[in-house]
Amino acid sequence: MIGIVSYGFYIPKYRIKTESIAEVWGKNPEDVKKSLLIEEKAVAGIDEDSLTMAFESASSALSTVDVDRSKIKIVLFGSETHPYAVNPASTILAEFLGIEKNYLAYDTEFACKAATGALISAQGLIKSGYSDYALVTASDKGMGKTHDVLEYTAASASVSLLLGKDDLILEILDFESFSSDTPDFWRREGMRYPSHGGRFTGKPSYFYHIEESAKSLFKKTGLAPKDFSYGVFHMPNGKFPVQVAKSLGFSFAQIKDSLTVDYLGNSYTASALIGLMAVLEKAKPGDLIFLCSYGSGAGSDSFVLRVTKNLSGKNRKEFIKIIKDKKYISYPTYLKFMEMI
Amino acid sequence: MTHIIGYYTTQFGELWEKSLFDLVEEAINGVLKQTSLSNKQIDAVFFGNMLAGVLENNLHSPSKIAEILKINIPIFRAEAACASGGAAFNLAKNYLDANSNKNVLVIGAEKMTDYSPEEAITALSAAASGEEQEAGLTFPGLYAMIANFYLEKYQYTEKNLAYVSVKNHYHGSLNEKAHFRKKISVEDVLKSPYVAYPLKVLDSSPISDGAAAVILTNNYDMIKKQKYSATVLASELITDTISLKERKNLDEILATKNAANMAFKKAKINRRDIGIAEVHDCFSIAEILAMEDLGFWKKGEGGKKIKEWGTMYGNGGDLIVNTSGGLKAAGHPVGATGIKQIGEIFLQLTKQAEKRQVKNVKYGLAHNVGGSGGTAVVTILGS
Repeated sequence: MIGIVSYGFYIPKYRIKTESIAEVWGKNPEDVKKSLLIEEKAVAGIDEDSLTMAFESASSALSTVDVDRSKIKIVLFGSETHPYAVNPASTILAEFLGIEKNYLAYDTEFACKAATGALISAQGLIKSGYSDYALVTASDKGMGKTHDVLEYTAASASVSLLLGKDDLILEILDFESFSSDTPDFWRREGMRYPSHGGRFTGKPSYFYHIEESAKSLFKKTGLAPKDFSYGVFHMPNGKFPVQVAKSLGFSFAQIKDSLTVDYLGNSYTASALIGLMAVLEKAKPGDLIFLCSYGSGAGSDSFVLRVTKNLSGKNRKEFIKIIKDKKYISYPTYLKFMEMI
Repeated sequence: MTHIIGYYTTQFGELWEKSLFDLVEEAINGVLKQTSLSNKQIDAVFFGNMLAGVLENNLHSPSKIAEILKINIPIFRAEAACASGGAAFNLAKNYLDANSNKNVLVIGAEKMTDYSPEEAITALSAAASGEEQEAGLTFPGLYAMIANFYLEKYQYTEKNLAYVSVKNHYHGSLNEKAHFRKKISVEDVLKSPYVAYPLKVLDSSPISDGAAAVILTNNYDMIKKQKYSATVLASELITDTISLKERKNLDEILATKNAANMAFKKAKINRRDIGIAEVHDCFSIAEILAMEDLGFWKKGEGGKKIKEWGTMYGNGGDLIVNTSGGLKAAGHPVGATGIKQIGEIFLQLTKQAEKRQVKNVKYGLAHNVGGSGGTAVVTILGS
């Protein structure tokens, strides 16, 4: 069985409230909150980027397990805000973590599902016998153009997962992927901010791909939403994950613990995985978790994960307590931190 | 006398999987099938479209329609902003007045939702005067100025306007082809965010995709063969200043008033004979002004009359307005709107309007406006 040996996450302490953005643009904050179901979002500081946050989450993931780093022969870095267009962040990350040089590294990009795609690749490489362990990192300092609706949601965070064969805390029982050429959200070479197709990002994009990916996995495994203790979905805003979960047959009780978007925002590649982090604080041995990412362009990866008895003690990380350590910033400070001024 | 013998409309809404000419083709095939006509029986085509030239660099649409229809006949494009459909219909009617025993296809279509709101709004602003565009006025801004003037002059509030949208959304809930099928309340309208004070999201028609087509004929053998037909009693198009600042009165659309007077004169019927009307409700205020300028309500009374729900389906009124859902709920693919309005009247007069069928109607009126009143087309049909 291949699965997750340990995990770590990093959420910067800075937050900006929806009000602080809405008021600048003459919008009624209550209208914005009602529309997006976002109260506030996490913002990386001026000295942070996707790589520094990846280092934080990966260090956390490696801190609780005694793993010979030379056995980590795979380092994959999923992001849509890699610090370099050309020059891998995965090698910088590996170097700083002290992972030996005999490893395979690459950066992955598939909008918000870059890391879950890497997860599928990594588990395949372990299964093939290439490596005992694989480090998969999702990290984004999510950027939205000023006065764009993304400005309320695009957030910062990172999640790292150490995959392996033994001493698993989460088993990857199965997975499925569904992709198509659907240009709902993109950022061209040389462009600083992403563009999106407005309402087109909904029904034919997010909902279609997640629903097809999920249904395909249910069919493959013979499982149904009722069999899962938790459902975790990509969270571009507060509404979409609730709607898609409902359409697939999940109850609100099954997804409520994973809904981090209203207080942390959408950290792009880390979004669904942050939801998983929140769930792992509570999950019990034997619990089945349905994890489903979405990446614009577009595709969705679905996973059936099973919690083992190893998810306890130092292997289980506090989530709610950590995210409560926060500091609110003003809109000008936000612009400064995002290097927009 | 010219008759309408068939009508087809595509679904209106966010039709991302269809291009402008996919929609045109569906409308053409739909209306040909309904009338059992072959492409070779069409003698001319009039196409109403506003934005293809601006948004997708496609101006030579008549030739594209020839490609779809696989025929070599006269095909014309009419452009009059949101009245492009009405203008195409008006030209088709005039074409038939000048040519006997002909069958004419009239199509209105627009593809808007593939573009960002900024692109669509900028393109729509091409229908306003250059000076007003430069001053930063968009159509919501122009109609908001009209609304402010009207509400202040006649001492009404935003609530009076909200009734228009509630009625039209109810009608939209009865129309399977409508963009919005959801019923809304006065409170919903009042709580929706402002677009341009005093107009809110739910006072405003949406950006939509869609196409609609009718076939007109003055060939009596053809009319006799058809299951359904309605007579075109009048179609009048009038223009006025493009700039709002040049208008004498801000609480009336002069082009509507003049087109209506001429149309009623030509049709030789009275206002009270009209049992069904589709009026141009691009914003809630526009329906109130339309009802007054068409002569159904006295100037200044619209704010009060709309609250009586008399023009709502199912209330037993003598004149039911916007049974399609209007632009507000049925959607507003601008070039298609004028044809959809006429098509809705055709459905009502030929008793094909299903859940929203108004009983005992003999005459119906369609009112299509371009810009903030720079063009108005009034069409009167008889059963």
